[in-house]
Amino acid sequence: MQLHLSPGDGLPIYRQIVNQVKYLLAAGRLGPGEELPPIRTLADQLLINPNTVARAYLELERAGLVTKRQGAGTYVSETRSTLKRTERLRLLAERADALLAEARHLEIELGDVLELIRERSKTMQTQEAK
Amino acid sequence: MTSPTPSASEPVISLTGLTRRFRTKVALDNVSLDVTRGQVFGLVGANGAGKTTLIKHLLGLYAPAQGSVRVFGLDPIAEPASVLGRIGFLSEDRDLPPWMRVEELVRYTAAFYPKWDPAYAAHLQEEFQLDSRARIRHLSRGELAKAGLLLALAHRPELLVLDEPSSGLDPLVRREVLEAIVRTVADEGRTVFFSSHLLDEIERVSDQIAMMAHGRIVLRGGLADLLEAHHRLTLRFDQPVTQPPRLAGALSIRGSGMEWTAVCNGALAELEAAATRLGARVVAEETATLEEIFLARVGRVGSTPQPTEG
Repeated sequence: MQLHLSPGDGLPIYRQIVNQVKYLLAAGRLGPGEELPPIRTLADQLLINPNTVARAYLELERAGLVTKRQGAGTYVSETRSTLKRTERLRLLAERADALLAEARHLEIELGDVLELIRERSKTMQTQEAK
Repeated sequence: MTSPTPSASEPVISLTGLTRRFRTKVALDNVSLDVTRGQVFGLVGANGAGKTTLIKHLLGLYAPAQGSVRVFGLDPIAEPASVLGRIGFLSEDRDLPPWMRVEELVRYTAAFYPKWDPAYAAHLQEEFQLDSRARIRHLSRGELAKAGLLLALAHRPELLVLDEPSSGLDPLVRREVLEAIVRTVADEGRTVFFSSHLLDEIERVSDQIAMMAHGRIVLRGGLADLLEAHHRLTLRFDQPVTQPPRLAGALSIRGSGMEWTAVCNGALAELEAAATRLGARVVAEETATLEEIFLARVGRVGSTPQPTEG
């Protein structure tokens, strides 16, 4: 599991871990039943406080994305509904906010932003079809 | 938690109203904080903020002029042996005897600690690549730090106290210092108290932090909570504004003309409402970085009063 932390980013480290694990799940780079690194291993690897890793894992567990097995580590939940639609939308909303803020800075109207997204989506689809 | 004392709920360190003056200069001004077992507590502050003075009180090197200091529930002045035997300490100036060889220093220090773990000491010495025969005076800065760290860790202390552990070290040695902190807490919930002016390392390893300036604690709490409670808002006005706008909830505000960026503490909805009342739009909003929070908080102390809404 490859995570990249940026301390000094303003986002608490536990939240960076939660977000990145969610992306890995969404991207299929973490599959159902797969084991997450033990807390101490990940803390050592990322050079962060083990309590922070524990907090991130707890958050993921509360969201139903991972399951703790007694004395045997933390695993990606088996059910494929791991990432609820509302959760996926919430993740995307963060990106949308950033895009909209940028658009406002550049004085691009909302209609034009939506048009741009449709255009980019078409371009991506044709590229993928090739 | 196998150790008999203190209980999980009892703080490992407890400072109450600690005040200290050096002649007319106030070094510590009514400092209160608690550190609970298993925490990594990061003390942030510029040079001269009072961090080292605070740490010297923990070790019983200074007696509190006012207020109280308790470590493991004990007074370090009254019961130095019971307190110091359970603390691993790395001082900022690494005051190790220059004439000793590494092996002599290890043997000498081991004698003070009933719980000294020779196998662990040997392991650390190998890992840190410290030559047994080398004299302390010939060690490099990094080696000196590692020797100090070895002495602090090898009796497996319940509380590790590090004063500016990475000060003046290259990134490789800094990494070893951080690894030592991470492993110490991973190891049966031991407690770490460390001071630093390097916000990056504070952010990596601390659960709880306290920011110090001019002998006072200006902010303390859970690191993640503090980060999430501070926002950086960029306001845009229709007309150029010549004076910094007085945004309610802003700790600091900088900018010019029509665009101003504020570091704020508080609920986002309220901050946005306050911006609207000033006739501004919020054009960007992000969580503030630890550095921004630090500068905003420390900049406030003893300087201009907090801006309020005009």
